[in-house]
Order: sequence, then C-alpha cells, then structure tokens
Amino acid sequence: MAEWMNISTLKETISGSSAAEITASYLETIGKSGINGYTYVFDGALERAKSIDKDGHGGMLAGVPIAIKDSISTKGMPTTCGSKILEGYVAPYDAHVIERLKVAGAVILGKTNMDEFAMGTSTESSAYGTTLNPWDPKRVPGGSSGGSAAVVAAGETPLSLGSDTGGSVRCPAAFCGVVGFKPSYGAVSRYGLVSYANSLEQIGPIATSVEDIAVLMDVIGGYDSRDSTSIDKEIRYQDALVDDVAGLNIGVPTEYFGEGIDAGVEKSVWDAIHMYEDMGATWTQVSMPHTKYALAAYYVIAMSEASSNLARFDGTRYGPRVDGENWHVMASRTRASCFGKEVQRRILLGTYALSAGYHDKYYLKALKVRTLVKQDFDRALSQVDVLMAPTMPTPAFKIGEKIDDPLSLYLSDVNTVPINLAGVPSISVPCGQVDGLPVGLQIIGKHFDDSTLIRSAFAFETNTDHHTMRPAEVV
Amino acid sequence: MVYENPDGVMIGLEIHVQLNKLNTKMFCGCSTQYHNAGPNTHVCPVCLGLPGSLPVINKRAVEYAIRIGLALNCDIVEQTQFHRKNYYYPDLPKGFQTTQYDFPIASGGKVVIEGEDGEHVVRITRAHMEEDPGRLMHIGSIEKSKGTLIDYNRSGMGLIEIVSEPDMRSPKEARRFLDKLRNIMEYLDVFDSDLEGAMKVDANVSIMGGDRTEVKNISSHKGAERALLYEIMRQKNLLRRGGNVVMETRHFDEARGVTISMRTKEEEHDYRYFPEPDLVPMRVADWAPSIYEALPELPDAKRERFVSQYDMADMHAKALTSDIRVADFYELVAAVIDPRTAAAWVADVLKGELNYRDLNITSFTVDDIVEIIKLVVEGKITEKSGVQVIRTIMDEGGSPQDIVRQNGLLRVEDDIVTQAVSEVISENKDALSDYIAGKGKSLNYLVGQVMKKTNGRADARQAREMMLEAIDRINK
Ligand SMILES: [Zn+2]
Repeated sequence: MAEWMNISTLKETISGSSAAEITASYLETIGKSGINGYTYVFDGALERAKSIDKDGHGGMLAGVPIAIKDSISTKGMPTTCGSKILEGYVAPYDAHVIERLKVAGAVILGKTNMDEFAMGTSTESSAYGTTLNPWDPKRVPGGSSGGSAAVVAAGETPLSLGSDTGGSVRCPAAFCGVVGFKPSYGAVSRYGLVSYANSLEQIGPIATSVEDIAVLMDVIGGYDSRDSTSIDKEIRYQDALVDDVAGLNIGVPTEYFGEGIDAGVEKSVWDAIHMYEDMGATWTQVSMPHTKYALAAYYVIAMSEASSNLARFDGTRYGPRVDGENWHVMASRTRASCFGKEVQRRILLGTYALSAGYHDKYYLKALKVRTLVKQDFDRALSQVDVLMAPTMPTPAFKIGEKIDDPLSLYLSDVNTVPINLAGVPSISVPCGQVDGLPVGLQIIGKHFDDSTLIRSAFAFETNTDHHTMRPAEVV
Repeated sequence: MVYENPDGVMIGLEIHVQLNKLNTKMFCGCSTQYHNAGPNTHVCPVCLGLPGSLPVINKRAVEYAIRIGLALNCDIVEQTQFHRKNYYYPDLPKGFQTTQYDFPIASGGKVVIEGEDGEHVVRITRAHMEEDPGRLMHIGSIEKSKGTLIDYNRSGMGLIEIVSEPDMRSPKEARRFLDKLRNIMEYLDVFDSDLEGAMKVDANVSIMGGDRTEVKNISSHKGAERALLYEIMRQKNLLRRGGNVVMETRHFDEARGVTISMRTKEEEHDYRYFPEPDLVPMRVADWAPSIYEALPELPDAKRERFVSQYDMADMHAKALTSDIRVADFYELVAAVIDPRTAAAWVADVLKGELNYRDLNITSFTVDDIVEIIKLVVEGKITEKSGVQVIRTIMDEGGSPQDIVRQNGLLRVEDDIVTQAVSEVISENKDALSDYIAGKGKSLNYLVGQVMKKTNGRADARQAREMMLEAIDRINK
C-alpha cells in the first residue's frame, strides 16, 4: 500500500525514480482497494506518466497523480455524476480545472464516486454503490464528494478534486480525516462542473495537508472567461503558507455549537481554538442569528436550481433512453427510471418551490433569507478575521443509518450550508478524533480573503499532528 | 378623416428578430453562418447544453439590443438580467430557454407608422434578449413521420423579442408596423431579413365584446395580414352567432390560411422563471449614450433628408427609404445623375420591375442603371427603350450597350428621319394625295415607309409627327 505522500515528497521521489513508478504504485493500491472510491480508473494514466517522464515536464504538478470527482467533465472519460442517467456519457471536453491540471503536468488516475448529482451527505445515493469510510468500512465517508475524500484517506491518490455545494468537500474531508477546501465563490472556474446548484457551488481540492491544498489551488484557481461568475482577482495561495497567527482574531459562532452536536466533536474543536490561543491568536464569541434559517433556505435554493439544471437529462442527446410513444413520454420514462430517489425528490421539491403561487412563498423567501445570512457573515467578519466551528456536528455515521430519513440527513449539513449561501471560503482540517473517528475543524474567512484562511490552517497544521493521523489499514 | 375602427379591433404583436448579423451566437463562440451548412456542424458544449457547460453573454449582442431599443425610442435598463424559462421540448437542449423576464434590456418605446388615418403611433412595451432553440425535422411527412431529427445549429442564436401594445386597429396597420420594424432593423445593420427564420411573429387579437386570442406561427408579413384577417373574421362570426371569444392560443396554418385552437388559458405552461445564476448582471447604463451617438440615420430621418437634399417628391422619398439597400443604391445613382431624374427611375421604374419579379435591389447594378438613364437623358434611346433594357437585364442578363445594339434601340438622328420623310413624300405621290383627300389610313402607309427606310430605328411616333409636319408644309 502506498504511503500518504505530499506533493513535495512526491516530486522528490519522482526525480529519484519516475512518475511512471509513482503512478503504477497508486494504480496497484487502487486495484486492491475495497472501499469503492473510484467509479472509473483511467487506463491511460501510466502512459501519461511515462510521457511526462520522457518530456521532462516542468509543471507545478509534473507527474503528480490526482483523482477527479465524477461531476467534473474530463475529456474522453466517463462523467456520470454517480447517476444512471449519465451511464455511458463520455465528456467530449475538459473542464477548466482539468485543462489547468493537464498543463501543470498532473496525472489523472480516474473519476471518484459521489452522491448522485452531488445530492447527499454520505455517498449512499450513488447509482454505483456506496463508498466505504477507510477509518471504518461500516461508516459513510461523508458526501457528496465521498469518493474523493476516501481515496485520499486510503492512500489511493495523494490529491483529489471535489465540488462543494453545501459542504460536499468539507464534510467528507472531516469524516475521512483529510483536508478539504471550499474556495470563495468565483475563485475557481465552474466551467465543466456538472451543475447541481450553480449559485452555491465551487470546485475544491482535497489533500492530506494544507500545503498541498495551496499548491493545487494555485494550479486550478484564477479567472476564466468561460464562467461569468468567475472573478478576475488573483489569490496567491502558496504565499499564504506562513506559520504565523499572532494577533489573529477568531470568532466562534455560538449557533454552530447548537443542538445535536456530539460532545467529543465539541471538545476537539474547542481544544483547537485553545491551541490557536496558545499560538498567539485571540477568540471571541460571535452571534449569527439567522443560522437557524440557513438550512431551509439552502435546500429551497439548491433544489430550485437543481430542478432546472437537471432538466437537460431527457434521454435525447446522451445517456440511456427508455422509449415511449412520443418524446414527452420517452423523456419522462427515462427520467423516472434513471434518476435515483433522492434526485427525484429534490427535482420535485424544487419544481414546486418555483411554481406559480409558491414561487414567492418559497423561492423568493429563501433568497431573502440568503441575504440575511450573508449579512450575518459580513457583520461577524467585520469584527474578526476568521470564524471557527465544527465542520460536522458528529463524526461519520453508519451506512444505512440516515439514508431513509432525509430530514435528519439534511440536518447534518447545518454547519456547512450557510457558508455556501454567503459565498465565503471555508476549509476543514483534522483536529482530533472521537472513538477512533476523525473530527474536522472548520475555518471560515471573508470573501476572497482565502489567504488568511490558508495561513490560519497552515499554522495549525504546522503546530499540531492531527493531520498525520491515518486510518489503520494505511501504514 | 379619423378612422372609426367599427369592430374595435385591437392588435398587439410579438416579433422575434434573429440577430443574424452577429458573428457568434448569444452565449457561446459558435459561428452564426450555419445557413448553408450540414446539421449539427455549428455547435459546441454550450449550445448543445452539455453537462457542465456555462453561458457567457455576447457583448456585441447586448450592444445590438441596445441599438434596437434606442431606435424604437425605448428606455435602456441599467444592467442586464437574464432568467430561465423552464419547459421541456426536444429542440431545447438545456430544458430551459435563457431569456429576460422582469428586466428587459429596453422598454417603453414607440414607432410611428402610416395608419388608416395618417400617422399612427404604436407603443413598444419592451424588447428583450433571448436565445433561439434548435430545429426539428421530421423524417417523411409530419403525419407518417418515422422519427424526428434535431439540428442544433440554430440553438443559441441571439434573438430580440419586441412586444408592442395592442395599438394596431387593422391587419393593414399590423403589416405596416412589421414592414417598418424590419426596415429599422436593416437600417441598424443587426439583421438580414433574407435568411431563413429571421423574423417570426405572434399576434394578440381582440374585437369589441370578446376576449383576446394569441395567434402563433406567423412567418411572414403577408402571412400576418392573412392570419389577422381570418382571425378577426372568425371572432366577428363567433360573436354574431351569440358565442364567446375565449382567451386561447391559436396556431396559424399558413397553407390553409386559418387559425386552429392549440390550448386555452387554463392549459398555459408554468415556466417557473427564476434568475439565471450562471450569468451575473452586466452594467450597461454607460453604454447607451455612445451607442445612441453612433446610431445610423433611420428611415424617417432619411426620408426627410431625401426630400430636402434631392428636392424629390415625398412619395419618391418614401419608396426609396423603405429599404436601406434601395436608399443606398439610389444615393450612388444620384451622385452621377440628376437626383430628381434618378429618383423617378429608381423609385418608379426599377423598383416596380423588381417587385413584379419578386427580386430585390441587389440583383441590379448601379452601373447598369446609370448607363441606361444616361442613354435616355442624352436622347440616344427612348424612355420606352430604357424600360425595355431594364427588363431584358432582369430576365435575360447582358449589358445595356449590348442589349441596345442587338435590339437596334439606338435612336436615329433627326436629319436621317427628315431625309427619309422627304424621300417617301416624293416617291409616293399617290398615297400623299389620298391622305390629303381624306383617306386617313394612307398616313400609316407613309410612316411605315419611313420606318422601312430607317430600318426601324426611327421612333414611330416621332416619324409620324415629322411626316404630318411635312404634309402641312406642302399643303400651305
Ligand atoms: Zn455553441
């Protein structure tokens, strides 16, 4: 089994041996894996590594392997979004982030499992089976980017990309004991990311260290004219890798430690905050009064956007088709038989929320709440530099525990979704364990002040060793 | 005279104008020049709606839209806002159309047309930007079709939808409004009306005592007039028989010239409009002044200028400015020919002959008409021959010089005719005395002899006049 290796170690190893050797060792690990983290392993990965060796590629990620969430279009590879409705669909173009990775010399190992269309917190809604948590195979890896986090934790790739609509990078990172970052809205181009809820989501990296997150962000971040929501403002992530939080003002939002929080999780997070204090930072309690409405608003907005985004999957141009006597019957049968239960539920709810007579009551109201939630962040972040809270209120739950109870599943997103409503950056870093299961500390920053966030997380990582804790199978 | 509008006809129009003079589509970089290309050759992930693709606003399209808004005397919005109009149809690859909803790019304008009783104002409610869907093609006839093919070349083409208030009081006014609108679009150089699918019209129609109906699928200006005449007659008959005109959408069957009920108001779609999250608002408030400055001269202004600058009749000015290409053509002719003479030839003769053949001005050259008018003005050919040359060029081709030569149209010199006349008189004393004695027919014989002597190159009327003058002289 491959060890956890960060980018700088990998690059040293590659210059000592070869990119091909590194890629081969990861492919071997993937071959033996039982966690079902990949939906597709790229058979050209080794060739790609060899050609990088041959060309003497000088890119920032030359020869470094990476796994890609299956909702990110990758030319010539399947892009199924964990759904049957995209079975057999091979993307004919590369997402912006994939183009950037290729230029930087990365070797794509394959596509990773996810909740169908990123709708979930456990990766159980994938049409291609649940991914197992490497720390405990009876538990979920989190979601929706569960495959991306699990394969990093299991040492089946050093890096991966996920996407975060309401916590989909941070949640699995927390559950799998790795680092997951959701950049500021507009910091990474969404071009090529199959949309679930456009106004909320960002592509984000998952790795075993904050340092690797910064390197990866310097590769995939930045303006792209093909995404109108991308912002033309440079952030230099690696420049933020500074071990200095002296004078940093931390806000601790009371509402993020509410009902249903696991006592062990709460303790780990407070321990982390006290650690910051020891490192020279100060903290203060802040109040974000609209937090309790954020979850409802999030789901209304996400489902509304999803109901429209997923309309294109009608069996006409790609994917499977179930025939019918006319086009509308064909499209409706295809959708009924190829979308999973959770996706159908969200399409129905979203359609309802946008319908005449309900539009104002649900969709418009949700937009108003979104504004209030944003104002909470603006206010709090005008007093402090960053906010800190648990990423998830509990450690990873058991497979099957919540899948039939959507409401309790939605509730587990309570600490992650407000961040997406506000569009601010947020990172989850390992900060301890409860009963052998990892706990994530969530650090939240100001919009486009990703640097302060990275600096805070890097300082924590430099002065603690939580991020070096690996699941038992991984030596 | 005031038009009474006895039936209380109210017509409002919604016109979709394809911005086919743009180089690229509304939200992607695909070329708009697909009209002669194979199906699905002008497509990309964006206009095919492939998973993960994102739209980007074509700035030039927004500029065109503002140009149109300003030409229609509208107010321009501060920033663009697009919405999604959600409905399922196979020609719509994303399952929604990207369009504008409560913040159209332009609103509150007006257009002046020649109405039933003189100048008539049609108010413009709004003009908004949207994208065209793809095109469905049925294999075989529509009834027995074995399947449907979809061509997405048109998908994502930029459209402007212009919505008028129900200010037109007759199908004729509706047609005039459409003609005026097309004319303005072409003046603005944003639109080529000759391309397939360039302009489509939906009409709202009501008469006194009934609800309004919407007539869809009107593809030409002539069709609009026909559809409206039919629909008004249908509504009148319905009310006369004691029925009710209900609010409904009707489809115009162009082949049969009738409108057919498609759906009633209760069956209307719920389009679930919401703001397009992938397109951030673009501030255009600062664009309008410079676009306004750069607006070209519009039809009404050009018509006034033609009257004053070229001293022509308003009727000629109107005819010449009703198509930008004709106006431009005329000005090239007027640069070398007396403008009034040029106006008469282009507006009366050339336009008439083109209309008769369903041709447009691009099928005639400025050089040819200039040459023909010169030949007439210099007296080398008769006016009638000039018309004949124009017709021959349109029907058979060829240059004016060749046509004049081949048909012997060159007018002979007067002295040749004079000499022929005196020769004929001295050679035909009998016929001459017959004519003087009162046999009118003899004159025809004498003139015929003149034509014969000049090989038919003399103008018959002129030969006749000269013969009569000569006989008069002899009689005295
Ligand atoms: Zn395109």
